[in-house]
Amino acid sequence: MTGLRGQAAIVGVADAASPTGELELHGRALEVAMVKEALEDAGLTLADIDGVCHSQNSMAFAEYLGINARFTDSTMTGGSVFEVFLEHAASAIAAGVAECILVVFAQTPRASRTAAKRSGRAPEGGGRPGMMMGPNPMAEWEMPYGLQGPIGGYALAASRHMAQYGTTSEQLAKIAVHSREWAALNPRAKKREPTTVEEVVASDMVASPLHKEDCCLVTDGAGAYIVTTAERAKSLRKPPVYVLGAATGHTHMMISQMPDLTVTPGALSGPKAFEMAGIKPGDVDVLMGYDSFTITQLLHFEDLGFCAKGEGGSFVESTNFGPGGDLAVNTNGGGLSYTHPGMYGMFLVVEAVRQLRGEGDARQVPKAEIAVAHGSGMVLSCMSTAVLGTEATL
Amino acid sequence: MSDAATTATERPKPRRLEPPVTDTTEPFWEATKEERLLVQWCASCEHPHFYPREVCPQCLSSDSLEWRPASGRGTVYAFSVQHRPANPFMADRVPYTVALVELEEGIRMMSNVIDVDPEQVSVGMPVTVAWEDLSDGRKLPQFAPAK
Repeated sequence: MTGLRGQAAIVGVADAASPTGELELHGRALEVAMVKEALEDAGLTLADIDGVCHSQNSMAFAEYLGINARFTDSTMTGGSVFEVFLEHAASAIAAGVAECILVVFAQTPRASRTAAKRSGRAPEGGGRPGMMMGPNPMAEWEMPYGLQGPIGGYALAASRHMAQYGTTSEQLAKIAVHSREWAALNPRAKKREPTTVEEVVASDMVASPLHKEDCCLVTDGAGAYIVTTAERAKSLRKPPVYVLGAATGHTHMMISQMPDLTVTPGALSGPKAFEMAGIKPGDVDVLMGYDSFTITQLLHFEDLGFCAKGEGGSFVESTNFGPGGDLAVNTNGGGLSYTHPGMYGMFLVVEAVRQLRGEGDARQVPKAEIAVAHGSGMVLSCMSTAVLGTEATL
Repeated sequence: MSDAATTATERPKPRRLEPPVTDTTEPFWEATKEERLLVQWCASCEHPHFYPREVCPQCLSSDSLEWRPASGRGTVYAFSVQHRPANPFMADRVPYTVALVELEEGIRMMSNVIDVDPEQVSVGMPVTVAWEDLSDGRKLPQFAPAK
């Protein structure tokens, strides 16, 4: 299978986050700031863009900037949508449907809350994305039982994993500890002070077995990236980061419909994307795995094949995935410690690109050639895996 | 729950989130009034499924769906004790247990595990159906430790 390997490249990236957790701009102004920065990074202009991906409404966004698009995508899979967009954009480019596709995102739950307090009006568009359209089985079969969203779904998965495989809270906590070690090297990260396994398991229980410190942040954030043909990428400003493999899987929408709470659809998308790229887990220099909760990252290790199903706990215990460790994971500090505006998948792609370009500053992983951006959406519902590589990997 | 209890100085008591009913699911909810738990089966391929649907998700048959009584017995597949309420109504129940319960018939449904200290709930625990009154005569299926 050759698939998409090496046919499209990411040529421009931007992201915004703040150690205060709050950004000055919001809405279209913030989106446009990201677009300008990504275009500048690529050495492209708005006139070059002929495709748009936006998880709410790609047409409305394109109209706002006067973009004439011949590729459009408003897919909504939750936070993994930015890996799904990358797969779709690379596919469209490989098929000659479009040449230069822009993906953009902004979400400001904190700034919107502050503004709402000041004005006395309800926050606009800053909170969680609208989760359900059309018939709503969730209202009928889940909501009456009072499961906190989204943490409750992940807590159920953690409960099952613990019962089935003996996974412990301490093992999960180690994932949060390593994320802080990386965040300490990222001046824009929200939580930069070191923490310990003991502190994480001593933090408030929110939805057992998950504690407060097992949870991602709620912060403002935004970003953009631009994908174009491998051919055109060669003449642009920055070293191209090639899409080597991409695949998506989803198995359910509601947690009560998840076939096996210990196996995510990453077990579908991961092996497919790795096969397309022609790599094995051991080839990965940087793993950007969507860490909405500590359990999410543990399931990624298993489903992407870094360890066997059920061995995530002992793998985490015996592996150093902090700076200078055995495997570089979530080098920006992740959703647990860098930023998490609700849909975090954008930041996986942007950080993977920066690492492969050697733009990681204090957190740069030496000789990074292959990075994986593995997104997770809704309640372990939709996983999307993108394998990215430098020119040397082609 | 009645709004009559509300006085000018008191905040109205938050209302319970009650499940909406659709044409497809009406038989399920009607049966709860008599404390009967029904599961939808496909008589064509002999598979049960949950939640109720307009077609069988196994064989796509739409004319062979039927309701059969469930035993009401099952086991806890996964659970999470909620230490913060998901909505204002649940505030005075904290901590409470939300579980996925696997019924003997082979389907899995979300519910609460009641009549037991949340600390005592475990994966694999046998449970039986119990019922909580809703405002319109329907009852919400809950589960309690099997006697």
